[in-house]
Amino acid sequence: MNTLAGVVLAGMSAAAHVLVIVLAAAVIAFIVVLVRSRRLRAKYSVLWFSIGIGLAILAIFPGLLSWVSDRFGIAYPPATFMLLALSFLLVLVLHFSWELSRLEDRTRALAEEYALLRLELDERLTIHEAAHEPTTDRGSGTAPAEGGDPA
Amino acid sequence: MPRTLVVIPAYNEEQSLPAVLKELAEQTPEYDVLVISDGSVDRTADIARAHGAHVAELPFNLGIGGALRTGFAFAVRNGYDQAVQFDADGQHDPLAVATILGPLADGADMVIGSRFAEGGAVTYEVSGIRRRAMKLLQRLVRRLVGQEFSDTSSGFRSFSRGMLEFFAVTYPVEYMDSVEALVLACNAGFHVREVPVNMRGRTGGAPSNRRLRLVYYYVRLLVVLVVSTTTRKERARRNVLRHTADDTGGDS
Repeated sequence: MNTLAGVVLAGMSAAAHVLVIVLAAAVIAFIVVLVRSRRLRAKYSVLWFSIGIGLAILAIFPGLLSWVSDRFGIAYPPATFMLLALSFLLVLVLHFSWELSRLEDRTRALAEEYALLRLELDERLTIHEAAHEPTTDRGSGTAPAEGGDPA
Repeated sequence: MPRTLVVIPAYNEEQSLPAVLKELAEQTPEYDVLVISDGSVDRTADIARAHGAHVAELPFNLGIGGALRTGFAFAVRNGYDQAVQFDADGQHDPLAVATILGPLADGADMVIGSRFAEGGAVTYEVSGIRRRAMKLLQRLVRRLVGQEFSDTSSGFRSFSRGMLEFFAVTYPVEYMDSVEALVLACNAGFHVREVPVNMRGRTGGAPSNRRLRLVYYYVRLLVVLVVSTTTRKERARRNVLRHTADDTGGDS
């Protein structure tokens, strides 16, 4: 077997090779679209771009996977891919749990602050109204009875 | 006379709250009352306002820990010298508030009203499983903080000004907060004491926990407490630092 062809194709048919390359390109294109439209935060874009590029490299050189598997003594190359994918997903989910905890903390702090501010506002408004009510009452109803100046 | 705030977390407690607030107003009119409506969907907040209490309304349910933090922050910002955590379901006796406030004058930072201490009493049944769970917690807490507490999960507590400043930002927000708070306070070097009190059955509502959920929360608490031993000293020191930073911030 020609070594270059072995690394590039690794026994894959030409059609399958094109398919995985197209898929990898589509993933990268989708990430670009998301980042451009600001629906994906920049801090995640680096992460996903690395993944997209990694996928593209594997798609172009499928033999790479066999080579790496060989070096680590893994008999079945797709298992190497699964191992990498699972580890990555595990780390990602852990990161999201951490991020979620932080968001919950912040949301809770905001809710507390909101409740306290609203309490303060309500009580100030109540005091304000209480201070103004007697004067308006007198002005409309009882002023003539007290009879100071009708003008 | 120190200014005292009674903090009452309440989640849908319109049934029991009127009696509780009425009793507080009659027997201990010298204390201000703050009700934290923890995302209640009933008339809890309106009822509390009608009884002349301060009312903080959380926009959604945070759980008792979040509600207490809100109450502690209110106490700190409004210059209270001490505060009491009080149940909305009627199991705490207003006359016992003075009892748990007492040791604060002797330098305690947190005082726990214990149902099981010498001289305390429970006028309702505690199930066997619950009792065993409480015993295990008690032993665990003793190992973690080196101090004996007979009622680690009691929600009838008083707090000094320093404790309030500390808890306004660090009070545990997970379920079963009371045990975690106890360990946190002890490890941060606060002086925690226990006094016997009587508690009554609830006047309204049912205990909110299904057994399975209770087991889940219990296991979760054990995990939190065991993990806390690994970072105990470091965390305690950091929290104390934060605490003193808050103090100087308040003074300046």
